Amino acid sequence: RSSSDGEPAKFKPPPKPVIIDKQKQTVERRFLSPEFIPPRGRTNPLKFYIERKDMIQRRKVFNIPEFYVGHILAVTAADPYANGKASRFVGICIQRGGKGLGATFVLRNVIEDQGVEICYELYSPRIQEIQVLKLEKRLDDNLMYLRDALPEYSTFDVNMKPESHLDQEEIPVNKLQVRMKPKPWSKRWERPKYNIKGIKFELPEEKMKEAQKWNKPWLEFDMLREYDTSKIEEKIWKEVNEELKK
Amino acid sequence: SVTGVCRAIQKLTRVRVVDNSALGNTPYHRPPKCIHVYNKTGVGKVGDTILLAIKGEKKKALIVGQKMPGPPMTPRFDSNNVVLIEDNGNPAGTRIKTPIPYILRRREGEFSKVLAIARNFV
Repeated sequence: RSSSDGEPAKFKPPPKPVIIDKQKQTVERRFLSPEFIPPRGRTNPLKFYIERKDMIQRRKVFNIPEFYVGHILAVTAADPYANGKASRFVGICIQRGGKGLGATFVLRNVIEDQGVEICYELYSPRIQEIQVLKLEKRLDDNLMYLRDALPEYSTFDVNMKPESHLDQEEIPVNKLQVRMKPKPWSKRWERPKYNIKGIKFELPEEKMKEAQKWNKPWLEFDMLREYDTSKIEEKIWKEVNEELKK
Repeated sequence: SVTGVCRAIQKLTRVRVVDNSALGNTPYHRPPKCIHVYNKTGVGKVGDTILLAIKGEKKKALIVGQKMPGPPMTPRFDSNNVVLIEDNGNPAGTRIKTPIPYILRRREGEFSKVLAIARNFV
């Protein structure tokens, strides 16, 4: 490359070769939505099988994207009382509850200094579109403590543009430690029962030690409470994938 | 110690006035409290009228948001919100900044003037 100045061109090292190992199979991220896993109990598995068939039918017609607690979603739902017949709500998913067709997720946002939460049913025919705006997992499974946190942690722009994400293996985990409003809180989040890692507790040491009095370390070894879902998940994963491909 | 925020609205719940009326926004040493709910049961939900005691006066108000979770797909607010209203249904303020649930549009006949001054809907 001859430069116009007459000075010698700067040495550019050759680009590093990108090695694509075709023999090594990339492990695809397996995500089975938590509402497919049947709860522990003595009900007939036929009931869950029929429910799963209905859920897969709905998923064929309407795309429910993969999302976890901590993602920021925009949901448009049909509403007879909204002008334009559809209402759009943007918020962070704080909780995913329910199993089967009654699976719900709660979105939270702070609009005009007022915190609003809406509990949507995933399989409701009223939902017209679910869009994932930001992919981000948090340290906890349940972000209910955001109600007692400072409002800046729950405010999200309503006109946020959807973030383009590649189908990578990992979803980034946001290790944000949230600062809370002064006590009293709706629940005593410092207690080990809730096992919350995403709060920056600014309580004195004695309070934290006192909260550990309610610690129940024997619970994780309790055999009667064990519910191993790995084999059930494998079966359901195969079943769901086969049905979806049809 | 004071009781925590009440979820639905009944007698003696402290509410938050949300419009820009003079009565609602001037500070007073006592918060506005509900003294009567115009309902068969004494519990007020979104869309019910209640009687408030503000600044030593009695005033009717309309509930626009509550802390109690309602049917799915309806919004749940972080505070019990209320809009001051006259006896004939005219709102006392001129603007409502906080979001209002769409469900109130069902009774468009009674609440048309309140919905007209509302700016955000949820």
